[in-house]
Amino acid sequence: MSLPPLPSEAVVVGATAADWREAVRLAGAALVRSGAAREGYSDEMIRMIDEHGPYVVIAPGLALAHARPGPDVLADGLAIVTLATPVEFGHPHNDPVRVVLGLAIKSADRHLATVAGLANVFNDSSAIQDLAEATSVEAVQAIMEENR
Amino acid sequence: MKIVAICGAGIGSSGILKVNAERVLKRLDIDAVVVAADIASLPAVIGDAQVILTSAEFVEAIGKTFADVVVIENYFDTAELTTKLEKALG
Repeated sequence: MSLPPLPSEAVVVGATAADWREAVRLAGAALVRSGAAREGYSDEMIRMIDEHGPYVVIAPGLALAHARPGPDVLADGLAIVTLATPVEFGHPHNDPVRVVLGLAIKSADRHLATVAGLANVFNDSSAIQDLAEATSVEAVQAIMEENR
Repeated sequence: MKIVAICGAGIGSSGILKVNAERVLKRLDIDAVVVAADIASLPAVIGDAQVILTSAEFVEAIGKTFADVVVIENYFDTAELTTKLEKALG
């Protein structure tokens, strides 16, 4: 399936974030570094959560931060931030979050192939814990690669 | 039969619900169309949908509907999806 590329600039391992906003900003910054998004995309991802609540915490320990396609998205991109200390998003079942995915989608038409790739990785219930416990960027890339 | 998956952006999380719901429906041998949409477009896409898949956060915004509103906690848990879809459609 078509997961976006995951270059090393898009992966942060063992990050420290004071709260969920900072955790989402780390994912946004990783998307900027990898060339998938502009600076403003972090604010858009945060606005989605401010507006609709913590629904982006779609599985225990995992947040899928994302916003709509728009001018702040430069290319399809995925970023992965693992947190040294889990943060609360305020989700009734899936807190605390240890792994934050940042997803940038250039065109809504093609996004289903991308999310099908995410489903292939994360339908394996051990993937989130494996990512949370990964100690290097290469280990994170390997987990995503072997399940794609 | 029609099923609508709802999230805030209409991409990303609702897309994952759509992909996994389609996988589950195929396994259950149930013929259904699953549409992913954002909460703002729900009135335009709901039509005669029998089920709405979503997160707890959107239940209030979805409001009154003839469709069964099914809240999914773990979007990657196809066992949860299977149980809840079977109940809603059974």
